[in-house]
Amino acid sequence: MTENILEVRDLVKHYPVTRGVVFKKTIGHVKAVDGVSLELKAGETLGVVGESGCGKSTLARVLMNLERPTAGSVNYKGQDISKLSGGALRRLRRQIQLVMQDPYTSLNPRMTVGDLIGEPFEIHPEVAPKGSRRDKVKELLDLVGLNPEHINRYPHQFSGGQRQRIGIARALALRPEIIICDEPVSALDVSIQAQVMNLLEKLQAELGLSYVFIAHDLSVVRHLSDRVAVMYLGKIVEIGTEDEIYERPTHPYTQALLSAVPVPDPTLRDQKAIIRLTGDVPSPVSPPSGCRFRTRCWKAQDVCAEQVPLLEIRSGSDHPSACHFAEKREIVASHEV
Amino acid sequence: MSDILVSEQSKPGAAGSGRPSGRLLEVEDLRVEFRTRDGVAKVINGVTYHVDAGETLAVLGESGSGKSVTAQTIMGILDTPPGFVTGGQVRFHGKDMLTMSAEERRRIRGEGIAMIFQDALSALNPVFTVGFQIAEQFRIRRGLSRSDAKKRAIEMLDQVKIPNAKGRFSNYPHQFSGGMRQRAMIAMSLALDPEVLIADEPTTALDVTVQAQIMDLLAELQRERQMGMILITHDLGVVADVADRIAVMYAGRIVEEANVYDLYAKPAHPYTMGLIDSIPRMDERGQQLRTIKGLPPNLMNIPPGCPFNPRCPMAQPVCREKLPPLLQIGTDRASACHFAEDLVNRD
Repeated sequence: MTENILEVRDLVKHYPVTRGVVFKKTIGHVKAVDGVSLELKAGETLGVVGESGCGKSTLARVLMNLERPTAGSVNYKGQDISKLSGGALRRLRRQIQLVMQDPYTSLNPRMTVGDLIGEPFEIHPEVAPKGSRRDKVKELLDLVGLNPEHINRYPHQFSGGQRQRIGIARALALRPEIIICDEPVSALDVSIQAQVMNLLEKLQAELGLSYVFIAHDLSVVRHLSDRVAVMYLGKIVEIGTEDEIYERPTHPYTQALLSAVPVPDPTLRDQKAIIRLTGDVPSPVSPPSGCRFRTRCWKAQDVCAEQVPLLEIRSGSDHPSACHFAEKREIVASHEV
Repeated sequence: MSDILVSEQSKPGAAGSGRPSGRLLEVEDLRVEFRTRDGVAKVINGVTYHVDAGETLAVLGESGSGKSVTAQTIMGILDTPPGFVTGGQVRFHGKDMLTMSAEERRRIRGEGIAMIFQDALSALNPVFTVGFQIAEQFRIRRGLSRSDAKKRAIEMLDQVKIPNAKGRFSNYPHQFSGGMRQRAMIAMSLALDPEVLIADEPTTALDVTVQAQIMDLLAELQRERQMGMILITHDLGVVADVADRIAVMYAGRIVEEANVYDLYAKPAHPYTMGLIDSIPRMDERGQQLRTIKGLPPNLMNIPPGCPFNPRCPMAQPVCREKLPPLLQIGTDRASACHFAEDLVNRD
């Protein structure tokens, strides 16, 4: 469990903002991911949480090398994925697969389930020789809890949860080591969501997979993750074990985020104090100077506008947090802002 | 029809509200079907619920359970065709809205009952300013002049805590963030001071920190105005925070109705139990989530007997034959399960 299977160093992804049609002029950059470092250990699940626009999906795309990073490196077992291309990249991609959020748009409606799940074998024929592909697909269908007899059906004949299982089967086809799940259950109803989460856990135990699990739902992330990274405006603000983040958060943003999660228990209604954040997430085109959270933070001082707080372990905390004033705080304690 | 809930004994409405007490809005045995090329989908199969002044009724259900269609029928914005109301009543202050004239209904919309939608960006008109869309109501419905209407609209924007309301008046919807748009829509729906507000998944598209802001705002405005609120949602967390009573829907029926504390403490329907068990809890990492097996039924082909029986862990032969009516159990709660009494009396 200690070996790092994936190491991300100072990853940056900026998208240019242009004006003009013929004479395009770059007038700024969307700083979607702005200096992210993290490790994924073999067999673990790393959760990545954050609100919309914090860069978590861009992170997934860069990890897969679907987008080239502006700077930084993504090392898979010592090889920098972001520098690879052609055959070398293709070989490496076998090991890292993606499960997407929307099971309705991520499956081609004109392809049968058999073709959808079997398509990776076309690109990587060494995994399954031609004659055995249908059997392989049937095995995969069985593995994700679908009826192998349905191999000739089309995506529209399946429900949302079943489609997400098809997406998972497709990601498993090449027997990858790492699966990046980008909001895999957020489009599903609660009862179906639980089925898919159980499936992901079962597959991890059976196949020894490592997951990068990206989601905005904090309870879902906690349920599945060993370690959790909290993102805000392109940066990781706090990272630690599931326990450290949920029981002893030290970054004000993590604290606010956790306190805002509605608890499905009416008896706690008046006991928990929600930290009210004012306003919205600032634009990633011109993020605030210094600490990016300072515009919504109740602890903000002058130093927060001047110095970017580093993601490091500070006194009074046992895990890295990017806040000048990182400290533990009881989530239940009242602190109206 | 045997499967109609006889609505509970009327209780006094919220006191001191300055509004007429008693049943504000009642839906009784509502039936709606969608006639499509592929067949008839029975979307609502006898829904009965009510909301009083000052209380929040949460209608909880998964996609396809009919919770939004019920709301659309109440508002009279059901797409016809394919949707047809085939039975039942929607009474506002005792008067059936389904049989009144279009003109009478129009008068109720906005002033009597207003609605906010999940997706504020598509609910607002992109080619008019946000301010214009709010002020329009004051001009048309209240006959105010342009400048008076503008003043009132700015007041509304202010009430929903949009910073710099005056400057924001002439912004277009795309210039607002997601949370701001939802606030603008709340301002619009409350402009004519409705007695009932229907909120259809008002925070589903928003992030948690913004969701908390919007739910606070709604609760505050409801308290101030003593509105009745119907909150339609699939989120058991949000419901636990704000609801007084909960109606759980499944396959176009209400399967359980109870006050919020009873429902979470001791659900009286296996579907509600399943829903509560399948939420991932912050405090139970690594354990298998209990799930509801299978899928919701196809509404064109609802199974005979109890519609939940193919997925129910407790199903008995009787469940496949007889449709359980929504019956009172104890005081102030009802369940549509043959074994509801056993469920409530278990330890």
